[in-house]
Amino acid sequence: MSVLLEAKNVSKLFGGLKAVSNFNMTINKGELVGLIGPNGAGKTTAFNLFTGVYQPTTGTISLDGKSLLGMKPSQITQRGIARTFQNIRLFSELSVLDNVKIAYHTHLNYNLLEAAFRVGRYMQQERQVEETGKELLKIFKLDDKVNEIAKNLPYGAQRRLEIARALATRPKLLLLDEPAAGMNPQETKELMEMIRWIKKEFALSILLIEHDMSLVMGICERIYVLEYGSIIAQGVPDEIKKDPEVIRAYLGEEA
Amino acid sequence: MNSLRKRDLKAIVISLIVFAIIQGLISSEFLDPFWQLNIIVICINIIMSVSLNLINGYTGQFSLGHAGFMAIGAYTGAVLSVNFHMPFIIGLIVAFAVAAIIGCLIGLPTMRLRGDYLAIATLGLGEIIRIVIMNVNYVGGAAGFMGIPKTTNFAWAFFVMLFVVFFIKNYVNSSYGRACVAIRENEIAAEAMGVNTTKYKVLAFTIGAGFAGVAGCLFAHTFYIIHPSSFTFLASFNYLIMIVMGGMGSITGSIAGAFILTTISALLSNWPELRMSIYALLLIGLMFYRPQGLFGNIELTSLPIFRHFKGGK
Repeated sequence: MSVLLEAKNVSKLFGGLKAVSNFNMTINKGELVGLIGPNGAGKTTAFNLFTGVYQPTTGTISLDGKSLLGMKPSQITQRGIARTFQNIRLFSELSVLDNVKIAYHTHLNYNLLEAAFRVGRYMQQERQVEETGKELLKIFKLDDKVNEIAKNLPYGAQRRLEIARALATRPKLLLLDEPAAGMNPQETKELMEMIRWIKKEFALSILLIEHDMSLVMGICERIYVLEYGSIIAQGVPDEIKKDPEVIRAYLGEEA
Repeated sequence: MNSLRKRDLKAIVISLIVFAIIQGLISSEFLDPFWQLNIIVICINIIMSVSLNLINGYTGQFSLGHAGFMAIGAYTGAVLSVNFHMPFIIGLIVAFAVAAIIGCLIGLPTMRLRGDYLAIATLGLGEIIRIVIMNVNYVGGAAGFMGIPKTTNFAWAFFVMLFVVFFIKNYVNSSYGRACVAIRENEIAAEAMGVNTTKYKVLAFTIGAGFAGVAGCLFAHTFYIIHPSSFTFLASFNYLIMIVMGGMGSITGSIAGAFILTTISALLSNWPELRMSIYALLLIGLMFYRPQGLFGNIELTSLPIFRHFKGGK
């Protein structure tokens, strides 16, 4: 297996606060990795470092062997990392289809004049975006809501749309920030199946943050545990379940 | 998608019919010179409001300096006509280019600001442009620039307006426009979808400024004289009111806003003391009953009744 994402000795300081310190992580191609930890451990900060929202104070991050340091989030998306957000960030006033169409942005290359006069590559590429967008929405069972305004969707559907939108950027690595937050057990189970399926179907690597242990233990091949910005354990789910450090972090020390 | 082109064609045919009717009314002198002039002003204001809507309504960047770019276009066009005897069409193109370049230069630093800060920065820059012009003797300074040929007739104003409206309509319905709307809806998510937000903000600002320059050039060639006081921030507010009234993010709305407000101010021109009060009451009423503007962010042509026979989108 070859390495897709590699973070080496990454630290991020906010003033005197070490949000993430000496963070090491590798994700191989085709792997499904989980990142867990108590609230405020720095999980989302790690996501923000991978996607260029923050720049690390020290350390390196690379995708496919090429450094991601100094790149804007949009450039990193173009290189192949897509993400969803912990608090859903859809384009809420736009239709479901438009949400997905925006994500195809980097794959359209007609120029300004072709767009303004609707000539050249414009027609053909727009038609293609419309079709592939609808196909993608079908996979996420949103094809009957193509023209609905995103904010009017039920919560679970909004989560699905956010994943669909991230996939439309055609990533190599998908980062899911608490995809099951606010879902009931039935929805979580369906989501689990879906994550497994998209990983295979789109030949992706996935890194997910999640608090729902049944989901994390059920689908992740490897798990990293973060506490106070440092990784305290890593390994396959069965190892993590028994790891005394992890139990201490979650439940506190024995009296 | 081919139906898109068909709808464009239909829209053009309808526009030509509208043009023919109004031109007929002008030629038959059914409309007196006062209204002939006002029809040209309506066309110019439509260009201003539609181009401002690209920045404020679609991209969500609150700009208050639009009259400044209009001034740049007006003076550029006037200088080219009077001092260099250039044909009008060259004046329009150069006015676009100069206003767009200055728009881009102003956009690069200011588009990093957000919300109120951006509004104040653009307001200030618009005033700076006006005050710089006021102090340049080459263009007449505070006395204004006189002797500009009255080249702008209804045909020029109408077809330039039609071009601008079509350009911006197609722009907002392409991946460029989607990027703009994405920035308005959620900048962080837009960036995460691979949209280079700085680039698209500056691009929208540049195009909007350029077309304001075109409107300025038409304006200069309508009145024989241009004066820095025509381009104060009050003028910028006026265009802002048009798009707020019509609906931010709707081209039909901008057109309606420009048309209604220009017509009202023309109708009330005999009672200048009443004009501003009625204006204000109208806006208060609108904000009470329809805060999203007349059209919200909906286009006239996407309403069910229009879908059958009118072009657009």
